[in-house]
Order: sequence, then C-alpha cells, then structure tokens
Amino acid sequence: MDYAIYFFNDLLKIFALVIPVLISVAMIVWVDRRVWGAVQLRKGPNVVGPFGLFQTLADALKYIFKEVIIPVRANKVIFVIAPIVTMSLALVSWAVIPFSETLVVADINVGILYIFAVSSLGVYGIIMAGWASNSKYPFLGALRSAAQMVSYEVSIGLIIINVLLCAGSLNLKDIVLAQKNIWFAIPLFPMFVIFFISALAETNRPPFDLPEAEAELVAGYQTEYSGMMYALFWLGEYANILLMCALGTILFLGGWLSPIDVYPFNAIPGPIWFIFKILLLFFLFAMVKAIVPRYRYDQLMRLGWKIFLPFSLFWVVLTSAFLYFFNLLPA
Amino acid sequence: MNLKTSRLLKTVFLSEFVKSLYLAFIYIFKRRATVNYPFEKGSISPRFRGEHALRRYPDGEERCIACKLCEAVCPAQAITIEAEPRADGSRRTTRYDIDMLKCIYCGLCQESCPVDAIVQGPNFEFATETREELYYNKEKLMENGDKWEKELAHNIRVDKSFR
Repeated sequence: MDYAIYFFNDLLKIFALVIPVLISVAMIVWVDRRVWGAVQLRKGPNVVGPFGLFQTLADALKYIFKEVIIPVRANKVIFVIAPIVTMSLALVSWAVIPFSETLVVADINVGILYIFAVSSLGVYGIIMAGWASNSKYPFLGALRSAAQMVSYEVSIGLIIINVLLCAGSLNLKDIVLAQKNIWFAIPLFPMFVIFFISALAETNRPPFDLPEAEAELVAGYQTEYSGMMYALFWLGEYANILLMCALGTILFLGGWLSPIDVYPFNAIPGPIWFIFKILLLFFLFAMVKAIVPRYRYDQLMRLGWKIFLPFSLFWVVLTSAFLYFFNLLPA
Repeated sequence: MNLKTSRLLKTVFLSEFVKSLYLAFIYIFKRRATVNYPFEKGSISPRFRGEHALRRYPDGEERCIACKLCEAVCPAQAITIEAEPRADGSRRTTRYDIDMLKCIYCGLCQESCPVDAIVQGPNFEFATETREELYYNKEKLMENGDKWEKELAHNIRVDKSFR
C-alpha cells in the first residue's frame, strides 16, 4: 500500500512537471517565431487566439491529423522509435531541474551528470532517424548532427567542470545555492559565452543548424518524417532548447535566486525568477536565430575542436589554479 | 594595430555579433512592414489593373459601341466581341467575352477604348474554384461595372490629367 502511495505521488509530480513543460514548449515556439518576425519587421503568428498564442496548438493539431508516411524501405521499428526517443529524452532531463529550493522531482546528488548523460543520449534519436529512413539526405544529416553534438558536448563538459570547481557539488540545487553571493556568469563570463554558443550547437539551432540545412540536405534527418512523428522531433528539439536555457540559468545565472538579495526582489518567488531567466536566455536564442547566417561544416568543426575545446580546457586550469592559490576551493 | 590583430580581437570579443544583436534589438521596435491582409489592405494606385468591367453612362446606356479596338489590341487575344445594330439603330455588342485566364492584365484594352467602356478596376480578389467561372461574358462584365462604378469613375477622374 505504501508503495502504491509513493508511486502515485511520484506520478502526480511527474505530470505536474511534464504538462507545464510541454505547454511552455508550445509557448516558446510562439515566442521564437514572434521574435524572429519582429526582427525582420514582420508580425509573426498573430491570428490564432490572443496574439496568436494558440498557433502552436493549431500546428500540433494539424500534425496529428496528417497522415504518417513510413517509407517502404525504411527500418520500420527504428523509424518509429526514433522520434519517441528524441522526445522522451528531451523530457526526461527535466526531472532534476530545480525550480526552487523544494520544487524538484528528483533531487539526486549527481544531477549534472544525469543531465549530461541523458543529453548525450539525445544524439541516438537523430542517428536512428537518419539510419532508419534509408535515404541519403537523412543519413548525411544524421551523421553531421552526431559529429556536431559529440564535439560540442566535449566543450560543454569542460565548461561544466569550471562551474563544478566553483560550486563543489554535482547537485544542481547546491550549484545554485553556491551562487548566493555572485552568479557564476560574472567570474566565469567567457565560459558563459562559450556555454551559450555550445548550447546553440548542441540543440542544432542556427547558426549551427547544419543537420537540417535545407539548402543542401532538404531537412536533414527529418526528411522522411511526416505527421505526428515529425512534430515529435520538433517538440523534442524545442524541449531541448528549453532545457539548455534552464541549464544555463542554473549553472551561470543563479537559478531561482533573485539578482540582488534586497526586499522587492527577493519577495518574488523563486520559480518566477527561474522562468524569467529562462525566458531571457531563450530570447537570446531567438535573436541569434534571427541575425546569424549558417556556419559551414568545417568551420563548425574547427570552432568546436580547435577553439572552444582548448580554450575551455585552459580555463579549467586557470580556474582551479586560481581557486587553489587563493584557497577558495569549496569545502 | 595591423589588420590581423584587429580581426582577431573582433573575433574573440564577438564585436560584430554584439553589434548585430544591438541592431536586431532596435529593429524589434521599428514599424512593422506587414499588412494583415484579409483584414487590412495595402493602398492601390488609381491605375491599378485589376478585374475588368464594362461601364455605363449615367443614364444607364451602355458605353461600349462595339468598335472592337480592344479586341484588336489585346496581345493575349482574350477578348471576343460580336456586334449588330440594335432596334434604335445604334451599334452595340451582342457578345463581349473576356477569358480572364488568357488575360495578361496589360491594360491595353482600357487604353484603346475611345469611350471608357472597358476598364480594369481596383478589384483583384476574384479567385474562383473552377476555370469556367473565369470565362467572363458581357453580363458578368456589366455587373462588375455596376458594382464598381464609384471606384472606376473616381480612378478615371484622378488619372485623367496624366493620360
């Protein structure tokens, strides 16, 4: 009986997390399109619902009613599993994201490792999609995407080590609490910038959206997908972007903490600060999409391996030396 | 500072990226270029060459005298006219067809018309679901003329001094 109570309790918690996340994914797509439109002197979606807020829901509805076409020569099982893997992995990471000191589904002591492991798995969804489609563009797109995600994950790993050195814990909650005095974005500013750029590459956002570069690869690994399966990829991608924004907030922008610990600011509840910071980061994501042209593939690889990796490695040494010599290492 | 160093500094400090970010941010607050089409429409010149119409005189008599200049000038040969004298002795068309699918909307028919009978109005929203509906006959064209007379007369008046 106890187990049943625990089980349903946890199930409730999961739904309380996943449903708002899915809704905010829908809203974030809208924000993205609006910002993109605003920069280009357009209006963006503004017809469905107030300010076009329901545009994404309308789109999703359209996808649901569309026919799902599975190519004859595709590996059907993997073809169907791929979008499910992408989507569910994008959602699974949210389990350890703390919205405030108490609001977290799974408060595990290796939270950051967990996120890192799950986001590394994300590449499987794309590889599976590219391989199972049995078609040249998806295959090339998937290969590119795999190479891209793996390379940028390395530099993200090193960036995270910087933060961990300063925080002294793998628990996301402790990482946020370690930023009580100063956000890590300030002492580790170069790392924050590199994290942001790597996050763009990690989530296949422009300027690093090579896997789906429509000019050369049609739509990359999504080429053969249609209907709800395509929508799942699309939702998964945005859930990942949201996750990266949340991660950036937790690692560098002090999570749910208010910017300064004085009355009118610290009276605002933590989750609102957290969401506000995520939105701020996402706004930057959207702006970047609007202003930059796409990278060439060799430029992307050069940036990842020859610039970001050595630089973040150097910064790890610098940070640890600094902390060691000034005796600032967290206990 | 030589070119190479300045380029390096630009790259390292992402200065061009920051500049473009600032520019993009400014553009967010500029006036939108979008027109919410079905709800708002852009302004149209009085010379706009839209859907055709056959006009009448204020007393209700049709203007067209079946001179067939428009039929002759039409580069797409979209116009077909048949004419015979009416009971009162005046020469009128019995048939005036325009194939709107052939028409290239060049406006030559309107220019050639000596009595301002065939004109191209401001209406451009006459899409149909079948091809047949776009084979306009005299009845349809006269109906258009009656429907758009106010705008057509205004456009001709405004544009007169330029002709």
